Amino acid sequence: MKRLQVPSWITTLAVALLAFFGVWYAKQGGHISVYWYQVVQLAAITAISALGLNLIYGFNGQFSLGHIGFYAIGAYGSALITKDYVTKWSGSQTGALAWMLAGQIGLVFALVLINKLGLPVVKKRISSSLSEHLAPHEANTLGTLAVLLISAASLAASVAVALGLHALLAPALETIISSLPEGASRPLIFALALINGGSIAALVSYLVGLALLRLGSDYFGIATLGFAVMVYTALQNSDLVIETMKGARGMVGIPPWSTWPWVAGGLVLLAIVMRNMLRSSHGRAMISVREDEIASQSMGVDVTQLKNLAFTMGGFYAGVAGALYAHLYGFLHPSSFSMIKGFDPLIIIVFGGLGSMTGTILASVMFALVIEGLRVILPQGFEDWRFVIYPIILLLIMLLRPSGLLGTSEWGWLRAPLPPERDIPVPNRSLRGSAVSASSEEE
Amino acid sequence: MNRILAKTLLRPVVWVIYAALAAGLLYGIGYLVQLNGPTYFAQAILDGLRLGFVYALIALGYTMVYGIVRLINFAHGDVFMVGAFASYYAVARYGWSFVPAILFAMVICLLLNIVIERVAYKPLREAPRIASLITAIGVSFFLESFTALRFAFSADYITYKRPFEVTVWKFWGLSITNATVIIVGVTLALVLGLQYVIRRTKIGKAMRATSLDKSAARLMGINVDGVITFTFALGAALAGAAGTLYAIAFPQIWTFMGIMPGLKAFTAAVLGGIGSVPGAFVGSLLMGTVDVLVVSFLPLGSRLRDLFAFLVLIVVFLVKPTGIFGEPQVEKV
Repeated sequence: MKRLQVPSWITTLAVALLAFFGVWYAKQGGHISVYWYQVVQLAAITAISALGLNLIYGFNGQFSLGHIGFYAIGAYGSALITKDYVTKWSGSQTGALAWMLAGQIGLVFALVLINKLGLPVVKKRISSSLSEHLAPHEANTLGTLAVLLISAASLAASVAVALGLHALLAPALETIISSLPEGASRPLIFALALINGGSIAALVSYLVGLALLRLGSDYFGIATLGFAVMVYTALQNSDLVIETMKGARGMVGIPPWSTWPWVAGGLVLLAIVMRNMLRSSHGRAMISVREDEIASQSMGVDVTQLKNLAFTMGGFYAGVAGALYAHLYGFLHPSSFSMIKGFDPLIIIVFGGLGSMTGTILASVMFALVIEGLRVILPQGFEDWRFVIYPIILLLIMLLRPSGLLGTSEWGWLRAPLPPERDIPVPNRSLRGSAVSASSEEE
Repeated sequence: MNRILAKTLLRPVVWVIYAALAAGLLYGIGYLVQLNGPTYFAQAILDGLRLGFVYALIALGYTMVYGIVRLINFAHGDVFMVGAFASYYAVARYGWSFVPAILFAMVICLLLNIVIERVAYKPLREAPRIASLITAIGVSFFLESFTALRFAFSADYITYKRPFEVTVWKFWGLSITNATVIIVGVTLALVLGLQYVIRRTKIGKAMRATSLDKSAARLMGINVDGVITFTFALGAALAGAAGTLYAIAFPQIWTFMGIMPGLKAFTAAVLGGIGSVPGAFVGSLLMGTVDVLVVSFLPLGSRLRDLFAFLVLIVVFLVKPTGIFGEPQVEKV
């Protein structure tokens, strides 16, 4: 006799709906304070950002320590747009939006152009045709010069594209927004701001990945950590470039539009996208890159492209999460994006299990509960002990469960249709990477 | 005909490019020199090197630990902070002079790091490497917050009392303090001593063997756990000395002072090629010099110094992905 099996998507949907309406009714009925309502939202936002990092590190094996940088870029990028809508700091309601859209499209245009021109091939051709007459280093220099000139020309073309687009976009957006009623234009602007936060972060992470992903894994980690510190320093001095970002004084006047439906909806949507992506052939190829780069390369997997894809997508997730965060409190300060805070997503994904989406979401909730719960539990006069006890908990959990809460296992609909045949170990191989270690360890 | 034309026309173009690059570099240095006078420039370089020497002491601890257990020991910067505080207590509370104070700081850090290694890293030796990285972050948080408690060091900035009076000597307008001389001298002595230990002693040989291949070293009868503990202790002693010297150079200490110097020193170690002792030294000197040059010459340099420090790292990585002294990475199947 066959047992009746409930399809996994039904149970997962039930749990998700339960969580959603539970929080929603608790808020509407006044059972939880505004403070805890924000904590729950923050947990979901952290989950989005951590999912992005899990995609980069847990599923693709690229040890990134700079996730907080993309989070910060998404936060500030989207905050500029919505603040513009509310206060017209750029002179019109949609000025910042028009500039950002035009700039991004221009940048994408330049990237596509450079990609289509195939610069490495061009350089190789020029160098090889010249090397008949010249010494190799001379030919190389001329080739580099030619490539630099071509890239400069395509950059100039993209700047022209961006300026032209801006001239078209700015009045069009202005008329659309002003013709819409308040109730329709506000969510539209917010949605656009969220997507923009994500896409700016994704573009930046694509560029960073382009430059840095060829480094060995620990070198990559440090370089991305350096990138995060650079973003932090730049944000502290952002008032030098855009006055309204206020630099180290903190950006104010951002409309607090993040609500539970927006945050939960974003989390669900992005989790579905990530789950389906991971179960596709691209996703499986990504996981194969984590397991063994050389083996997957010899199976015909385009390793570089997949690393870039995962890194860009992770950057997008971080950017959207940052955008939601910016509109949660309506206040942004660079200290929220410091290096110390940057370890949070890493801690979460290691706790939840590298390569487990369920674990990431669970660990984000637990993380928020521990951090905020300590604030409630500790008696008067012992508030400073919060960050003494938290690392002790961290140490204990790590010593007791070194491979995370769930390892690589998933629950419900997030699980793959076919379970993996063996427990996949945490990506140890990909962590190997220094010059010295290449010859050591288990050969 | 074509070939001769190409040869005669193209080669001058190449040489013009080289000349322009060289001229640009020379002009840049010349511009900096004439901007505020050669003395100012030389002084900036000197201060940068002094900072670099302190970074070098921290970076050596990072690079040795990394070379042996492949762990980015994020707690190292906080051990450095404890060293600064230990020498502060020795000098300000007990009135010790410089040599006992720095020795005291070194011993305290050494003991602290041995405890950290036993508690936080040793149980995880067989676990995935990321686990010990997370515990390192945890230890770092713990040290920072625990020492910031009121009954420990407190979270205030504390003015460090130097164990000796500062005297300034003038050489052609350059001012050199005895603090600078002591920093450079102590660092050089410690680095040479370290090189001696690594290259000439039995335990150094064991360290090198362990860093090459842990299991083969164990088969050869080397006490791998002991070697690892020894490495942590050695690195921590250097960090303790670095903490004392840093506090002498910049006499203001607080419990979060370890984060940035620690990060920059580690970056310097990576810059030089991690796992290599000369690399860490050269990388640190470069890092310190860039740090001070940015502050002295750029408008708003003191606000943007971190940005440029890491920009240098990324530029070096773009040119040489394994650092200045790093060997090219070999992937084996």
